[in-house]
Amino acid sequence: MATEILMPALSPTMEEGKLAKWLVKEGDSVSSGQILAEIETDKATMEFEAVDEGIVGRILVAEGTEGVKVNTPIAVLVEEGESADAAPAATPAASTSAPPAATPAKAPAPAAAAPAAPAPAADRSPDWPEGTAMKTMTVREALREAMAEEMRRDDDVYLMGEEVGEYQGAYKISQGLLDEFGERRVIDTPITEHGFTGIAVGSAMAGLRPIVEFMTFNFAMQAIDQIINSAAKTLYMSGGQMGAPIVFRGPNGAAARVGAQHSQDYAAWYAQIPGLKVVQPYSAADAKGLLKTAIRDANPVIFLENEILYGRSFEVPELEDFTIPFGKARVWREGSDVTLVSFGIGMVHTLEAADKLAAEGISAEVIDLRTLRPIDYDTVIASVMKTNRCVTVEEGFPVCSIGNHLSAYIMTHAFDHLDAPVLNCTGKDVPMPYAANLEKLALITSDEVVAAVKQVTYR
Amino acid sequence: MAGRKSTAKSNTSKDDLLAYYREMLLIRRFEEKAGQLYGMGLIGGFCHLYIGQEAVVVGLEAAAEEGDKRITSYRDHGHMLACGMDPKGVMAELTGREGGYSKGKGGSMHMFSKEKHFYGGHGIVGAQVPLGAGLAFADKYKDNKRVTFAYFGDGAANQGQVYETFNMAALWKLPVIFVIENNQYAMGTAQRRSTSTPDLHTRGEAFGISGEVVDGMDVLAVKAAGERAVAQCRAGQGPYILEVMTYRYRGHSMSDPAKYRTREEVQKMREERDAIEHVRELLLQGKHASDDDLKTIDREIKAVVNAAAEFAKESPEPAEAELWTDIYA
Repeated sequence: MATEILMPALSPTMEEGKLAKWLVKEGDSVSSGQILAEIETDKATMEFEAVDEGIVGRILVAEGTEGVKVNTPIAVLVEEGESADAAPAATPAASTSAPPAATPAKAPAPAAAAPAAPAPAADRSPDWPEGTAMKTMTVREALREAMAEEMRRDDDVYLMGEEVGEYQGAYKISQGLLDEFGERRVIDTPITEHGFTGIAVGSAMAGLRPIVEFMTFNFAMQAIDQIINSAAKTLYMSGGQMGAPIVFRGPNGAAARVGAQHSQDYAAWYAQIPGLKVVQPYSAADAKGLLKTAIRDANPVIFLENEILYGRSFEVPELEDFTIPFGKARVWREGSDVTLVSFGIGMVHTLEAADKLAAEGISAEVIDLRTLRPIDYDTVIASVMKTNRCVTVEEGFPVCSIGNHLSAYIMTHAFDHLDAPVLNCTGKDVPMPYAANLEKLALITSDEVVAAVKQVTYR
Repeated sequence: MAGRKSTAKSNTSKDDLLAYYREMLLIRRFEEKAGQLYGMGLIGGFCHLYIGQEAVVVGLEAAAEEGDKRITSYRDHGHMLACGMDPKGVMAELTGREGGYSKGKGGSMHMFSKEKHFYGGHGIVGAQVPLGAGLAFADKYKDNKRVTFAYFGDGAANQGQVYETFNMAALWKLPVIFVIENNQYAMGTAQRRSTSTPDLHTRGEAFGISGEVVDGMDVLAVKAAGERAVAQCRAGQGPYILEVMTYRYRGHSMSDPAKYRTREEVQKMREERDAIEHVRELLLQGKHASDDDLKTIDREIKAVVNAAAEFAKESPEPAEAELWTDIYA
């Protein structure tokens, strides 16, 4: 049977091309793989091969023709003894390539501004029952307890990273874990973030539940391809067949006097990625409850800790199995004049600012987001609807910050409730300097938060 | 490469030879059809064909056991067909349809099958190498005696993460076989223009990993090398490198003008070293099959591929709601 040879698409973006040269003529026998023509695409001149064997019955588009649309019949291939007229009439190319119509979307549309909407139902339930016995614990101890408890609970959980074993942890977060769980489950790696992150992600795809400790998140930039392209996207790319249940954790942000390459907050970077969950705890109770949740989660979780917070003490509930769900902010302080939203080390400056403001008669409501993906928007919006003013506080760079995102979200969802623009307090737009005085200037301070609050309250 | 020398082993049965012939032919016909569908605009984006390299995956799959794992780069169609994935599901993924292995959401470069222990399908050159060692890490952790085939090309062999992985795989004795499919061109850059030392199978020596070079146009040689590698890995002796010398007849992707090599070079390979022709000759010379028998197989394969193409055209596009699924487990 005669078959039409169609103008091929020879690049991902090609819609039409020039039939530069025919290398066969009517009456020629051609075999599979033989070059029929040269075609100029938007990228290059390409050789176009035959896929079937036969005789060139008729050439329909002369060489030198420009602007030949993809799928236009350019020649007719016939079998021995067959006439080219036996070729089927040219049909519009679109009919062969148009796929069956898809069912209409039921996807979540971007929320339209709803100024008249009632305040969302924010979940302000306590994280543990009233009357629970409490103990004082550092963030460091809380993180270790969380890992130890989850490793006792599930043999598939293991810890991998630089100095996590024999050295007992560069920041002593994994102290004692090697003794309890042995070398099979507490694994010292060479200094090779890209490689060991890929190995950990692969093991998660095969069903294990790794905890990868980065000595600091600055070093995770060596491995960010494996975190984003391999861990975060595989579930989607596999149509839900396999994903990577894995926790990436370690100190993030500025420590003290360690300079530009060791002092960056990655919250906004990771929070941008669909497929990741992102946690940045402030208190010891949150560190413990959220890390346990992270280890049990079936998705890749970025768990951003802070070196300065490791040694701080907080009250932690004495419960057998204490977890905190993702996507639930914590209101540290109720207030009526302004909403302060922060997370991680930013909470130190925020709570300090709230104390200073209280002394001046300004009542601030303080929200700790705790998780940055998912974000508890409801708690933020409900609070802004009450206070009508909002200041965000974080240590990271100002451009495309978490605060920028919240500002946009609040504008979209509570525009008519705002009595002032939302202000973002962030680190300065500079690499972190080493000199003590300059470092201080680069970081966010409680005084800057106080000044921002005075601006939005017009005082 | 020099002219063909016969490697027919007396212990290669007629059934095995016929199976290799059938599997390699399936890959070739499938890829030709994919190229055709690409030209018709039914397959979009990047599409990297495996034509010419068929003996590599077919030979190594013949050395694998049920439960062993495999992972590769974006030139992955052959690997999927060789490990038993359904041609319909693979082709429908290429056309971006609901019936594809990833429901149309992965495409040519990103496909997976948990059932067949195929872990992708990875679009970032070299990223699959540590991931593959990670699969082997999990098997060692579980002590289940499985091995992983981690495939990558001569181009990926220059990525730093490959050597980070070699170090840890050797240090921890991971049961992983690093298969370097050396088709001599990293996209358009010939190996001699990109690589300081040509013998990629020796690249593990600094880490204590043994390797060997294998004629990748001879499925029997590939299988024999695969069996040696598997034996070492399964015995707990750690990783092994196979540098499999092969050749891709088509461009790097569909939009490759192929100006970096001569037409004659490609033609010579096809004529003198073609892996499918090799097995065909062995079958005919050994009187294991007649011309008619092989024609029957050809027809059967063509029918399978045509059915896959039909399925891939008929399968609907994914429902729009699929945009929002499978982001989180």
